[in-house]
Amino acid sequence: MGEGDQAIHQRTLAGLAKGLAAGEFSSRELTEALLERIAKHQATLNAFITVTADQALDQADRADQARASGNGGPLNGLPIVHKDLFCTRGVLTTCGSRILDNFVSPYDAAVVERLAAAGAIMLGKTNMDEFAMGSSNETSFFGPVANPWDTKLSPGGSSGGSAAAVAARIVPAATGTDTGGSIRQPAALTGTTGIKPTYGRVSRFGMVAFASSLDQAGVITRSAEDAAMLLGVMAGHDVRDSTSVDHPVPDYVAGLGKSVKGLRIGIVRQHFDEGLDSQCAASVKDALKSLEDAGAELVDVDLPNIGLSVPTYYVVAPAECSSNLSRFDGVRFGHRAEKPEDLLDLYSRSRGEGFGAEVKRRVMTGTYVLSAGYYDAYYLKAQKVRQLISQDFRNAFENVDVIAGPTAPTTAFAIGEKTDDPITMYLNDIYTIGANLAGLPGISVPCGLADGLPVGLQMVGPHFAEEALLACAYQYQQLTDWHQRAPGGFL
Amino acid sequence: MSGHWEVVIGLEVHTQLATKSKIFSGASTAYGADPNTQACLIDLGYPGVLPVLNAEVVRMAAKFGLAVNARIAPRSVFARKNYFYPDLPKGYQISQYELPIVESGELFIRDDEGNEKRIGITRAHLEEDAGKSVHAGFGKSSGIDLNRAGTPLLEIVSEPDLRSAKEAVAYMRKIHSIVRYLEISDGNMQEGSFRCDANVSVRPRGQKELGTRAELKNLNSFRFVEKAINYEIERQIELIEDGGEVVQETRLYDSDKDETRSMRSKEEANDYRYFPDPDLLPVEIDDEFVEAVRKTLPELPDAKQVRFVSQYELKAADAEILTISRALADYYEAVAGSTSAVAQVAANWVIGDLSALLNKENVDIQKSRISATKLAGLLDRIADSTISGKIAKEVFEAMWSGEGSADEIIEAKGLKQITDTGAIESIVDAVIEANPGQAAEFRAGKEKLLGFFVGQVMKETGGKANPGQVNQILKTKLK
Amino acid sequence: MDTTLHKAAGIILPPDLLHLSHRQESPENPVSLTKEQVQHIATLARLQLEDRESDDVVEKLSRIVDFVDQLQAAPTDDVLPMAHPLNMSQRLRADEVSETDQRDFVQQNAPSTEGGYYLVPKVIE
Repeated sequence: MGEGDQAIHQRTLAGLAKGLAAGEFSSRELTEALLERIAKHQATLNAFITVTADQALDQADRADQARASGNGGPLNGLPIVHKDLFCTRGVLTTCGSRILDNFVSPYDAAVVERLAAAGAIMLGKTNMDEFAMGSSNETSFFGPVANPWDTKLSPGGSSGGSAAAVAARIVPAATGTDTGGSIRQPAALTGTTGIKPTYGRVSRFGMVAFASSLDQAGVITRSAEDAAMLLGVMAGHDVRDSTSVDHPVPDYVAGLGKSVKGLRIGIVRQHFDEGLDSQCAASVKDALKSLEDAGAELVDVDLPNIGLSVPTYYVVAPAECSSNLSRFDGVRFGHRAEKPEDLLDLYSRSRGEGFGAEVKRRVMTGTYVLSAGYYDAYYLKAQKVRQLISQDFRNAFENVDVIAGPTAPTTAFAIGEKTDDPITMYLNDIYTIGANLAGLPGISVPCGLADGLPVGLQMVGPHFAEEALLACAYQYQQLTDWHQRAPGGFL
Repeated sequence: MSGHWEVVIGLEVHTQLATKSKIFSGASTAYGADPNTQACLIDLGYPGVLPVLNAEVVRMAAKFGLAVNARIAPRSVFARKNYFYPDLPKGYQISQYELPIVESGELFIRDDEGNEKRIGITRAHLEEDAGKSVHAGFGKSSGIDLNRAGTPLLEIVSEPDLRSAKEAVAYMRKIHSIVRYLEISDGNMQEGSFRCDANVSVRPRGQKELGTRAELKNLNSFRFVEKAINYEIERQIELIEDGGEVVQETRLYDSDKDETRSMRSKEEANDYRYFPDPDLLPVEIDDEFVEAVRKTLPELPDAKQVRFVSQYELKAADAEILTISRALADYYEAVAGSTSAVAQVAANWVIGDLSALLNKENVDIQKSRISATKLAGLLDRIADSTISGKIAKEVFEAMWSGEGSADEIIEAKGLKQITDTGAIESIVDAVIEANPGQAAEFRAGKEKLLGFFVGQVMKETGGKANPGQVNQILKTKLK
Repeated sequence: MDTTLHKAAGIILPPDLLHLSHRQESPENPVSLTKEQVQHIATLARLQLEDRESDDVVEKLSRIVDFVDQLQAAPTDDVLPMAHPLNMSQRLRADEVSETDQRDFVQQNAPSTEGGYYLVPKVIE
């Protein structure tokens, strides 16, 4: 299908870039069209917390002027949205939490800065699980996000608003963050493409921390090509983030053409155990077959300790979050309880009122595992198991280029279905958490539909293998059209 | 101290490092700014901000470590110490816990008997300072100023090697002296740049196990350290002798009442939940860096003291006083190096008259109104007998008042000593003639009267006659 | 002088809570945290729990703790703890003042200020 035949909102970033360059439409026209689409679907999907229409139109006008004068960055005039976890100067930055429901950031996150400097236009901030703690977008203070494929279902989380907005063809691309699967799992559940880069590849400066040693920013798009365009701009060293890596950023778009011929793809047998829905398993196996047919080699790999990744994660992440979230105390910013009696009351009530149930559980879990008498048994133990899991990956990558398998154990589940049992909810991330623990890049691409709902194929690579992952995803998307399937109500 | 009891003290000295910017942010560390004008988003613990370590603090910590003969850790780790307090914006303090940057050092003090004593330094670690709470002036509220939040601190922890309040003070003074020699801290105790906590316990002499200790907080002067520790020792001994038990607790020293008091009930304690800060990576220091830092080490107080004794032939006690501060030592050397006077005489002047005036006027040696060169000029005039030691004091005071150099003052005031033998002889003759009775008594053997005649001669000359010459001429003429 | 007061703000688990027994129980027979323990953790974390939330928190927190308890079975002798996914060392920045005063702008976010100070209920020591 030629791009000229597509409605403007159906186009990918790459397609929009061509349209802008060819003068088919202006950035302002594009921005207006998408702002209209945001408004149209907000009531149904609740994908946004803030829409920055005026600012977006200003940016669009500037982008049009820049284009007219032959200037403009690589993303000039292209619309994107940011997960509401990225600080945006002068704009509400809530993290999906009541405790920040009045917080206007005085500065821009590195990711926001870089994308803006490249000419991208921010249309708004997307809904998310509170402080990115959740896998269903139900923990947001601003209400759950609906999955465009079936609005009774969850889009996954925590970057659920970003995934839903991209899947519903409201925006071509959105930023997200991934601490245990928060980009890849919602991408899988909404039929979008989501990449979590290597830890340290993208600056965390200005990204409100959940678990600092696991958090990484990435993107949700409708194609690997679009992900490559954005990641190339977002990635790179930032002196303001001590954990940012000073490592050259390849031209990801230029690398997309690399064939999968000879690529060694590792398959982890445990990932196809009974925990995986059979229809999902079938889709993933089909995808692996397609790659094999295209010349890749499938190799069994063993990750002996991967089964412990979820419990390891649920010690490490809560521990870090319990400390990271201490700064929300009602003193310098954010929600403050009315008429505090004393200091303890100020803290306890501001935080008690400001945080939702899941955040409280994680803060308390983290407090517990770090406390005197439990540190060695839980926190230190988890750090050791984390080492074992990382070593498993290192060993595996001596034999294979990527490891592929399902992104999530099931397709999208109903809103409210898993809220009663935190453990069931946590197990959603069983295939994605390993990459966070080891700091590895991972990508999820749509690879089928099961009962009309998207299934994701996840590929994980060694550190800084984004180029290979994107190329592999792109090659797969040349062979299949799953990524082009749109949910019925949002064509 | 009661002979039956042995006192055991360990000190934790907190010294602010004299960097321009904070340990993890680019905000200024200058003292005394308007509240919260030097607290940037990182210091305020804003959502999303991250710490980046100041290179200078690493260099300064290493410098300190080398100065106390410690091991500089090739790998040290920042950890978070978690607790809620309004002057701690993030709800955790970034500190070092299991792997500090400096370990196993030592320094030497004089014990109560004046003998040299080694005090072990367990460790020194880097951390960020907290802000300040202001409790007055806000009605039912406290005001929080976060300008100090994030100022780099080096916490220096001693072994429990100190056995008296005096030793504790001597140790603290030595640390103070070292950090100022190294120019890593201004050591300003009024501004809180240098302060300490003391762990104090007592045990029956001969017992091996340590007694239960109390941690004394808020000791921000040498005097308070001594008083607080002495109070605490008394308190613990009395408590035990009355059949009580010392409770492990934190106690605050109240300088107004000169007492320590418990800061909280004993049910409460702390659970800081230390863990490695995931926003910071391990600090790695290689030998090359350590050697480069070593090359920047100045001569330290102990070495300087030894050199002063051998080079200037000073009394050990004087050399010790002169080397407490690098500025004083430098001043002394400038005087000693440019005067023809004996070095010990120069030392006497610097330790005596000059220090007394500086203390009285509360002026630092760097701001002395008598420069080293000028003092040397004065000492030269004593050495060449232009003036007597007594006249020199008068000239010294005139110099302090800004009346010019020693030569100028001697000239202007006509203080030059009379050394012309003929002139002195004629005055001596006149004095003997005016006091025939005393002259007769002297000649009859009452030699004590010589002093009387010297006094008379000096009186006549306005003190300017050379006393040695006067003596000699009198003795000859009274024969 | 206030830094010396910090420790007053920390609280520890009372000794009876330090000897929790649930890890000694068999995994098949998970032992829940008690309400008192949970309340204590909540105090340490400065989280007020409403009475109506309390039972739910106790129940769910217990399940989480029991779940992560399966880590105990992993053999980790001689394994170095991994604090960080990157094997890198800390980068240092030059000692330069790069920040300017933004107090008035930044304090727009503050719930309560006076004369440039942030206000909190009076700190009593």
